[in-house]
Amino acid sequence: MSILEVRDLTVTFPGGIEAVRGVSYDVDRGEVLGIVGESGSGKSVTSLAVMGLLPPGAVVSGSAKLHGRELLGMDEDEQIKVRGKSISMIFQDPLSAFTPVYSIGDQIAEAVRVHQKMGKDKAAKRAVELLDLVGIPNPDLRAKSFPHEFSGGMRQRAMIAMAIANDPDLLICDEPTTALDVTIQAQVLEVLMTAQRETGAGIVMITHDLGVIAGMADRVLVMYAGRPVEQGPVDDIYYRPRMPYTMGLLASIPRVDGEEGPLVPIEGSPPSPAALPPGCPFAPRCPMKVDMCDDEEPPLTAFGAGRHVACIRSHEIEHKGLTGADVFPVPVIPPSDVVRVPRAERATVLELDDMIRHYPLMKGAVFKRRVGTVFAVDGISFDIAEGETLALVGESGCGKTTTLQQIMQLQPPQGGRVVVLGKDSAKLDKSERKGLRGDLQIVFQDPMAALDPRMPVGDIIAEPLRAHGRKDASARVAELLELVGLAPEHAERYPNQFSGGQRQRIGIARALALEPKLLVLDEPVSALDVSIQAGVINLLEELKNRLGLSYLFVAHDLAVVRHLADRVAVMYLGRIAEIGTVENVYDHPAHPYTQALLSAIPLPDPERERTRKRILLEGDLPSPADPPSGCRFRTRCPKFAVLSEAERRRCVDEEPSVARLANVVDHGAACHYAEEVEVITASDNQEEE
Amino acid sequence: MRSKVVLRRLFRNKQARYGISALVLLILLAYVGPFIGPYDWTDKDFLAFMSAPGSDHWWGTGAIGQDMYAVTLRGMQKSIVIGLLVALIATGLAAIVGSFAGYFGGWVDKVLMWGVDLLLVLPSFLIIAIISPRLKGGSWLWFVVLLAAFSWMITSRVVRSMTLSLREREYVLAAAYMGIPRWKIIFRHIVPNLSSLLIIDATLNVSLAIIGEAALSFFGFGVQPPDVSLGTLIAEGSRNATGYPWLFVFPAGLLVLLVLSINLIGDGLRDALDPGSNS
Ligand SMILES: Nc1ncnc2c1ncn2[C@@H]1O[C@H](COP(=O)(O)OP(=O)(O)O)[C@@H](O)[C@H]1O
Ligand code: SF4
Ligand code: SF4
Ligand SMILES: [Mg+2]
Repeated sequence: MSILEVRDLTVTFPGGIEAVRGVSYDVDRGEVLGIVGESGSGKSVTSLAVMGLLPPGAVVSGSAKLHGRELLGMDEDEQIKVRGKSISMIFQDPLSAFTPVYSIGDQIAEAVRVHQKMGKDKAAKRAVELLDLVGIPNPDLRAKSFPHEFSGGMRQRAMIAMAIANDPDLLICDEPTTALDVTIQAQVLEVLMTAQRETGAGIVMITHDLGVIAGMADRVLVMYAGRPVEQGPVDDIYYRPRMPYTMGLLASIPRVDGEEGPLVPIEGSPPSPAALPPGCPFAPRCPMKVDMCDDEEPPLTAFGAGRHVACIRSHEIEHKGLTGADVFPVPVIPPSDVVRVPRAERATVLELDDMIRHYPLMKGAVFKRRVGTVFAVDGISFDIAEGETLALVGESGCGKTTTLQQIMQLQPPQGGRVVVLGKDSAKLDKSERKGLRGDLQIVFQDPMAALDPRMPVGDIIAEPLRAHGRKDASARVAELLELVGLAPEHAERYPNQFSGGQRQRIGIARALALEPKLLVLDEPVSALDVSIQAGVINLLEELKNRLGLSYLFVAHDLAVVRHLADRVAVMYLGRIAEIGTVENVYDHPAHPYTQALLSAIPLPDPERERTRKRILLEGDLPSPADPPSGCRFRTRCPKFAVLSEAERRRCVDEEPSVARLANVVDHGAACHYAEEVEVITASDNQEEE
Repeated sequence: MRSKVVLRRLFRNKQARYGISALVLLILLAYVGPFIGPYDWTDKDFLAFMSAPGSDHWWGTGAIGQDMYAVTLRGMQKSIVIGLLVALIATGLAAIVGSFAGYFGGWVDKVLMWGVDLLLVLPSFLIIAIISPRLKGGSWLWFVVLLAAFSWMITSRVVRSMTLSLREREYVLAAAYMGIPRWKIIFRHIVPNLSSLLIIDATLNVSLAIIGEAALSFFGFGVQPPDVSLGTLIAEGSRNATGYPWLFVFPAGLLVLLVLSINLIGDGLRDALDPGSNS
């Protein structure tokens, strides 16, 4: 029997915002139900409604039964009893779930005591056990720590510990790993599965990342504009999607094991819940749309064993065996002329030579004194040739942003050299520096934060032009808007009138205004939804080829990097761990860190996810203020753990520098015992024939 | 493009349209009205002391036979100028000092904030009292400067702390990476993003200045008899508002209208500048 039964759930917010418009699902014991969809599709609101945590003013209808007991409309006291005891929820941001002034151990013990009769000591002991279960090192000591003293990954584990404290029957996880790095994400997902095994609970796993649930979900529910549009067993959804939206979504994700070539973008963006189209909500973006689609919203109808699809052409898709790539137009991106010249003969647009950036570590509120040094970037070297994309990857805190800032500032670095287009940043005078700024531009991660909200878009794009004394600004603005796929008439609108993907295009247009030679991209697509991301990635690729640009591309998503970059540099704690062409590094990673990083990336491929072996890293990134001696990675290195005592000495005493690997031209790793390993085998048939 | 867009949004805004029309009418009344009336503000009608409004003296007369219509409009001229100027100077100063201190940091911040704190602890009333007599005979514009000089400090502190968070925004970084000079970044990216606060502050300052001026005038600084302002008229009229309401009602009513119109313009401007509001 199912634990949770949701039927025709709808949620309406004041102002006629229909956030959820009829969701039904069941969760059985020990089952994992994955709910996927883009932001705003109503995933979170659905589960908040089940938990009874919606803000006042929201109108809920339908039914949600836990063990046959109606949850909706239950009175407050009973709800509290159910919440935390029978159902627990895990949020994206665990910091908001803990009270900052109590220790983690106390809060978990408290959660235990609310629902179980238990002495204080026993509850405290149980808290430590739980922390141990979720893999917190030294749990008895750590239980006394406060939430802010935990890293993001540890907080998320503590949150899981608290969620399973009372042996709940159902765990609802809302984007539990979205804010985490891949290696930490892999750890947390592992802990979650352990927790499920321990408690036998059902899990509702909400995510926008199709990779995350591929390996763990039994069934998947795809949501669009507040409604499920497709539902079924995980393999069916991934290998035989029968609704154009699902098909597009699966085809639009870049994959670490994927081949090159343009991605399949879904044009447009999801409809606003206050202004839904008359018929199928996906119709404005659907390439298979026919006139009938506008007549009425297709209901979610049964389609074979245990499947439901909401599309009037699903049977046709089934018969013809269509895939996302068949249905959605794949853009043609012209090849670049520059790359025909061998790399060695091309000009170097950026060169970093042993660059260093340290920050003083200060303490004290009134009288600040220096108590140490943060080795944010501690001697990194790489170069970028004309027409090339170098990606800088690594976990948050490894020094990627610092590196970018140092380059963008065009000031002398604390150590080493930064050479932009043949000019050393230490030897620039004021006018040279300003001139160079025109050739070096940046695109930021968060497209909302990067655009002045109080400036019309036309002014935003014209700003660099005016700053460099260009007169013909308005004509050029129109040209740029068109170049990035926006309408020139939009110049008078403000940034908040655009969607995330469009805003990022505006950011790109601004960066291109002065016809730069080198574009620095700081996580340009990580804040975007997958279906939008593909369009922006394609745009970046096309612009690079058309305009002969070079990119320095910072990302934590290794799949995007594989798709966009020619070369990749993996950073760890302010140093480069491995560098080389994308093919070399991805197919034959030689540094244990790169291997772990690659193996941590979830593939949107249920079959392979289930059989894949992960290299899990222990613990978190050490503090850059106190890096380990010798090899910085040794505290987490899985290889170090299996080395002999004598071999280990070298890792502890001697810091490895990037050494070229034998037999290949462009591949180096900073490990004394570098050894190529295949972590992700290339897949030849991504979708079942 | 921004000024064009903002202006268009401003004129599309109902509140702003009413506010601007009202203010224009009030200014017209203050400056053109006296020519229409039968009396000059210095005239004294010894046949009518404290007479109620009538066909001869439209708004009645005062204790020594002044024509209240002429006097009130004369007072309003002063008050409009004082209110607008003080608000403009005080809010402008607050915006500039606060944003420069916050954006530049370091010694600029230290020096500016030290000045602000000093002005805050000095008893401003006392200083105005000491300085005012020395300015007697000088232009009353000095008085505007003094009043403004003591009413911007708290706002500038708020502006500074908001600037501290704005300066970390990526669009500010982006502007710096474009090679835009820092003072330009402040005026182009920081100050417009503080506009909601600054507009509220300015509209408040208008009414505070008009009323504050009355308080100071009462103690003998500021606008001195025989010259008048709305403030002095209200102060005087309120003393026998029950017996001779016309002495009070007309200046007070005009003050209310003035403040109301300024508030409407302020609200409209705030909406016009705020892309989040769809007016
Ligand atoms: N408190 C609220 N008031 C009004 N609208 C809301 C509120 N919370 C969420 N919404 C709207 O409901 C829709 C669905 O949101 P959500 O469930 O958070 O999406 P998801 O979790 O899939 O990203 C969105 O359009 C969002 O703007
Ligand atoms: S119903 Fe029509 S518009 Fe909607 S997904 Fe199917 S084909 Fe596309
Ligand atoms: S040098 Fe040693 S510790 Fe460092 S990565 Fe290689 S094996 Fe691991
Ligand atoms: Mg959500």
